[in-house]
Amino acid sequence: MSFVTGLKCKECGQEYPIAPLHVCETCFGPLEVSYNYAKIRAAVSRAKIEARMHNLWRYRELLPVESEPEIGPNSGFTPLVHCRRLGAELGLKQLYIKDDTVNHPTLSYKDRVVSVAISKAREFGFTTVSCASTGNLATAVAAHAARAGLKCYIFMPENVEAGKIVGSTIYGAQVITIRGNYDDVNRLCSEIADKYGWAFVNINLRPYYTEGAKTFGFEVAEQLGWRLPDNIVVPTAGGTILPKVAKAFKEFKEVGLVKEGEAKIFSAQAAGSAPVIHALHKGVDLITPVKPDTIAKSIAIGNPADGYYVLKVVRESGGWGEAASDPEIIDAIKLLARTEGIFAEPAGGTTLAVAIKLIAQRRIKPDELTVISITGNGYKTLEAVAGSIEKPFVIEARLQEFDALYERLGDGKRATSAA
Amino acid sequence: MPVRVRVPTPLRRFTAGADEVAAEGSSLRQVLENLEQRHPGIRERLLDEKGDIRRFVNIYVNGDDVRFLDSLNSKVKDGDDISIVPAIAGGR
Repeated sequence: MSFVTGLKCKECGQEYPIAPLHVCETCFGPLEVSYNYAKIRAAVSRAKIEARMHNLWRYRELLPVESEPEIGPNSGFTPLVHCRRLGAELGLKQLYIKDDTVNHPTLSYKDRVVSVAISKAREFGFTTVSCASTGNLATAVAAHAARAGLKCYIFMPENVEAGKIVGSTIYGAQVITIRGNYDDVNRLCSEIADKYGWAFVNINLRPYYTEGAKTFGFEVAEQLGWRLPDNIVVPTAGGTILPKVAKAFKEFKEVGLVKEGEAKIFSAQAAGSAPVIHALHKGVDLITPVKPDTIAKSIAIGNPADGYYVLKVVRESGGWGEAASDPEIIDAIKLLARTEGIFAEPAGGTTLAVAIKLIAQRRIKPDELTVISITGNGYKTLEAVAGSIEKPFVIEARLQEFDALYERLGDGKRATSAA
Repeated sequence: MPVRVRVPTPLRRFTAGADEVAAEGSSLRQVLENLEQRHPGIRERLLDEKGDIRRFVNIYVNGDDVRFLDSLNSKVKDGDDISIVPAIAGGR
């Protein structure tokens, strides 16, 4: 049994029963899961959660599933890394990376949302799960569907790189490529969801899927010792995770797991796909869609459905947002790898690059506790940085050649201990 | 020589369950007016009180988001495909 009371339209407030619905029939606004927080407050405690397995289901009272969770038993509870070397570089004493590059099993934050969506798909009795995706979402759906024994269809634009197709097909998913761009694929999938009655994790299961993103915020708060950070920087694509991190913080206070505090929430977009940041900087609510052009493909969504809520949350929290260019994104990926040994995908580079701008603007201050959200792994996007790293030296297998090279590299002075 | 309009699930109670209906007009605005005459009630689901396309509604003419065209003034011609799709998101 859960503490869920139903679905409610975020725009007009109309209520709906728990079902595979995602848009309000009256105003087309997104539906969101509601809970009975008073009952949750009585049912949870820090000690109870701390005694549980290290996965995202440790917060099950605040997630919309009825049955004992079986999907994603190793998903979530990723490290919160205290970054001393990166912090020193940026002039911050209390800098943390929430590191979803090592989420199980597919190395991105999508393992969280998909764990919840597929749990719900099984509860609703679906036998086929699906999504439109070219990357992290596709691999997460394919992997979790495989383990759950569900049929899986993944839709991608035709021009996608071969590696992306391998990353889903390997799990036994049926991959279908569409002649068109990502928006075309999404549009077709909405129509397929309607007609075929499949569980599209980010369409008809979207209210449940997005709830999984809260676990990112829950973990940050728990791992900081049941407190909120002063600042958290979150990447924005469709606009799922940022409002859900805010919801997570609010819920933890609501149910008494965190006593007080307010986090400023900052949005990061790639300059080549920054419709939310444009609206934020212009001071308007209307988000004008853009045609994305950035190396940060995992956050290249030109028409973010939840962008409006990103703006709202950022403004209400006293945060801000910036966009980072492709060169800035690459520099940030390299900086994070060099200082902390964490290899992020370009979305992570975007988030760090934006954090650097916010520090320069003094919107993030040196003595504040700041969390940077890294939501995907750089090993999946090697092509994004391959052209901008140093080429290796090539030498014969002879010690003299190495000695000469070492001398040339300028480290030779220290190479005298054996002499 | 009408245009074809694809209707998403939440609007099918206005179209007697049909997932595709015909309408006429030379601009999107006229097509929506014509839809309203044929299927009363559908217009206010798509347009807000100011008469603009609702925030969470996407409309495509032959696959192009009308926000990239001329919004409600986008030209349409006989045989065009119009899709009404609830805004969705959720990353890639």
